[in-house]
Amino acid sequence: MLMFSSPNPLPSKPLNPTKTAQNKEEQPPIPVIHVQDLSCFYGRHKAVEGVYIDIYERHVTAIIGPSGCGKSTFLKTLNRIGEMESNLRIQGRVELLGKNIYAKDTNLNQLRRQVGMIFQQPNPFAMSIYDNVAYGIRTVSRPSRSVLDDAVESALRSAALWDEVKDNLNQSGLALSGGQQQRLCIARALAVNPKVLLMDEPCSALDPIATLKIEALIHELKEKLTIVIVTHNMQQASRISGYTAFFSTDEHRIGQLVEFGTTSQIFLEAEQPSTRDYVAGRFG
Amino acid sequence: MTEALEPTQSNLSPVPTESWISQFGDSGFRGISFLAALLTASIPFWMCVLIFKDARPAIAKFGLAFLWTQEWNIDQNLFGALPYIYGTLVSSAIALLLALPIGVAVAIITSEKVLPEGLQTPIAFLVELIAAIPSVIVGLWGRFILIPALEPFQQFLYSHFKWLPIFNTQPFGPSMLMAGVVLAIMIVPTIAAISREVFMAISQDLRNGAFALGATQWESIVFITLPAAISGIFGAASLALGRALGETMAVTMVIGNVNEISTSLLNPGNSIPALLANQFGEASDPLHVGALMYLALLLFLVTLAVNAIAAVLVRTLTRNA
Amino acid sequence: MSDLYAPLPPSKKLFNFALSVTTFSLSALALIPLLAMLWAILSKGIPHLTWDVFTQLPAPAGMKDVPSGFANAIIGTVVMVAIAAGLSLPLGILTAIYLTEFGKNSTFASGVRMLVTILSAAPSIVVGVFAYAIIVLPLKGFSALAGGFALSVIMLPIVTLATEESLKLVPNAQRLASAALGAGYARTTLRIVLARAFPGILTSSLLAIARAAGETAPLIFTALFSQNWLEGLLGPSASLSVLIFNYANSPFVDQNNLAWAAAVMLVGIVVFTNLLARWVTRNRRTTH
Repeated sequence: MLMFSSPNPLPSKPLNPTKTAQNKEEQPPIPVIHVQDLSCFYGRHKAVEGVYIDIYERHVTAIIGPSGCGKSTFLKTLNRIGEMESNLRIQGRVELLGKNIYAKDTNLNQLRRQVGMIFQQPNPFAMSIYDNVAYGIRTVSRPSRSVLDDAVESALRSAALWDEVKDNLNQSGLALSGGQQQRLCIARALAVNPKVLLMDEPCSALDPIATLKIEALIHELKEKLTIVIVTHNMQQASRISGYTAFFSTDEHRIGQLVEFGTTSQIFLEAEQPSTRDYVAGRFG
Repeated sequence: MTEALEPTQSNLSPVPTESWISQFGDSGFRGISFLAALLTASIPFWMCVLIFKDARPAIAKFGLAFLWTQEWNIDQNLFGALPYIYGTLVSSAIALLLALPIGVAVAIITSEKVLPEGLQTPIAFLVELIAAIPSVIVGLWGRFILIPALEPFQQFLYSHFKWLPIFNTQPFGPSMLMAGVVLAIMIVPTIAAISREVFMAISQDLRNGAFALGATQWESIVFITLPAAISGIFGAASLALGRALGETMAVTMVIGNVNEISTSLLNPGNSIPALLANQFGEASDPLHVGALMYLALLLFLVTLAVNAIAAVLVRTLTRNA
Repeated sequence: MSDLYAPLPPSKKLFNFALSVTTFSLSALALIPLLAMLWAILSKGIPHLTWDVFTQLPAPAGMKDVPSGFANAIIGTVVMVAIAAGLSLPLGILTAIYLTEFGKNSTFASGVRMLVTILSAAPSIVVGVFAYAIIVLPLKGFSALAGGFALSVIMLPIVTLATEESLKLVPNAQRLASAALGAGYARTTLRIVLARAFPGILTSSLLAIARAAGETAPLIFTALFSQNWLEGLLGPSASLSVLIFNYANSPFVDQNNLAWAAAVMLVGIVVFTNLLARWVTRNRRTTH
């Protein structure tokens, strides 16, 4: 399952996550999302138990762990999209900038515009590239064509896709390659100016070159927004993230957050033996 | 993009105006589609209640004896449903008897590997096309083409088998048998399509098991596929029966519309739907309308029961397969 | 291992041969009526398909040398099918939307699904009786409205069940992507789900319309029949299907011939709509 090219858990050319994290630690990191004692249930089955975690502003937080450890389920609680997908039930508290997103009067549409999401499979709509990017904007307002044009261009530029598609904006989004489709989805999400971007294994359906492009993009985006990324690929986690959360299952197959820290802590000096085993590729 | 960084306040609530509208639009949309679902779902109830209400005069007067009374006299306001019930059941039974082997045969040649695939799909399509032909046109064809064409066949049955009570009357065209034949033509597509689905749902491993023991293609069909599909075939037959019981136009046009009960299938008869089609337009007396409504209610309930049985049979098979 | 080439024993050969012959001849028996029907409709109908047929009213029975046609029946069928489509398409599509987007596997949704299936199994003559009870009796008269209503009850379960299937085929990822951009149910359903399912819904709507256009039993004592032009929705109306029924039972050959001509017309409509429906579906396959 793990895609190590060498037994060494560290990539040959790390993007120096330690340094990145430490640089920003000089000013203490601000938590954008604060998760307190979160448990998730599918029907009666408990899938995730007792998660406490802070997601820091303008950092990439990677969530790693073996299959079935609930990392994807956890991610989908942060914009409440999980409950749309299945009969997911939540206990505990998730705060976005100090406000409980599970409050009764939460406006889900508003929440999801602030916490965007990129899915495992690129899922552009069956409409033109332009309309894909404009979709989220048009959901709440009807801006003039020139304003919309600017917003679409800016989003496509931020997603590093503009140069590839600027002449074919009316082409169907489905006609793009897989990697381009995923960047289109990122552009689409950026167009509504989210504060946080959730990414659920965004590269798992892509080839290595497309994957590198997305990683480079993530590297740029974190200057502007907060990213939470679930990944199976530990090299990827170590390359792009400042913080890493390791999820695993206990003996009852219930997902738990085992350890959370800066990426260098998790990969180099993890406290929990199971974390050390996992990042060393010894299980999962 | 930079402005996205500045606000460190979440605005989950109070919500901006546009999304308040979209939120309202959402609950409005949900409400409207819920009402649509409720309205759609209420129609069968509504149907039963209204038909029952209008049938009440007849139910009150004749009660269950309606079912086995033979007389239907509009002038004297005497109504009994037996000839129609009998005609409906007999014509449907003939249809099922004729259509079942044909439908299963079509299902076999369009699903098992006895024909190249390039032929199977067009054959299945053609057979299903029969179901798309409006039944009044089948009736028109039955009346002007089929009955004259089968006249010699009916005569043959009469002259050679008149010692059998079912063929002991002189045929003159429209008859119970013709109604059965026309119904059979109309329900073959149902039986064929559903049996075909059932055959295709049976796992290939089962057949391979038979081939591995040296069975020929036909042996595997007869001894493996058919037994495994038997409840599905019964389901298909029940569904077809449901269709045959309620079929109106084609039957009306070939059954002869004579209110008699005769053992001979060469005699004309009548059926519930045919009677409804012929008399509703002219019925004015509440008791007459009531008697017709009573029949419609019976027909509806029986069809429902038959379809429910079909659903259960088909579902058990697809679950097991 | 010479056994490997040994021929099948004669008993097995006979068994296989007998079964092949029986199955193939029974299947041929299924196809003969279809071909005979199509041949009869075309050969008996087309010669009577004159220009008059589309422009004239039916001539009074037995009158010779008077232009005769069924223009009023064509109008009646079109009007009643339009009423039926206008009632059943919105209701059926909204019901299907409720089932796939909101109700899903709830008890209520399963109940709705079961009742719609029941409705689809109701004999069409019973649907006619229902329309008679609900419109003809209270309004004390046969009407195009009653006929259109009866046809809409025939179409409703077909549209609902087929639309539900089309909506289910829309990948859930599309709904999630839309929701993740802050779009609510209304926008997601209208802009993403319905747009994607549109060809499927169009196909099933066309098939339902074809079915309604050919129905006779629900019209025979709701819209009744008329020798004249349609006089408003509350008056009785001619229709192609009832015309075929009435004129097939007529002792006058001219009227029989008109029935055959109407049959060509009706089969033409049904086949055309079916082909159109297939064409729509094929188009979708090539674009995605």
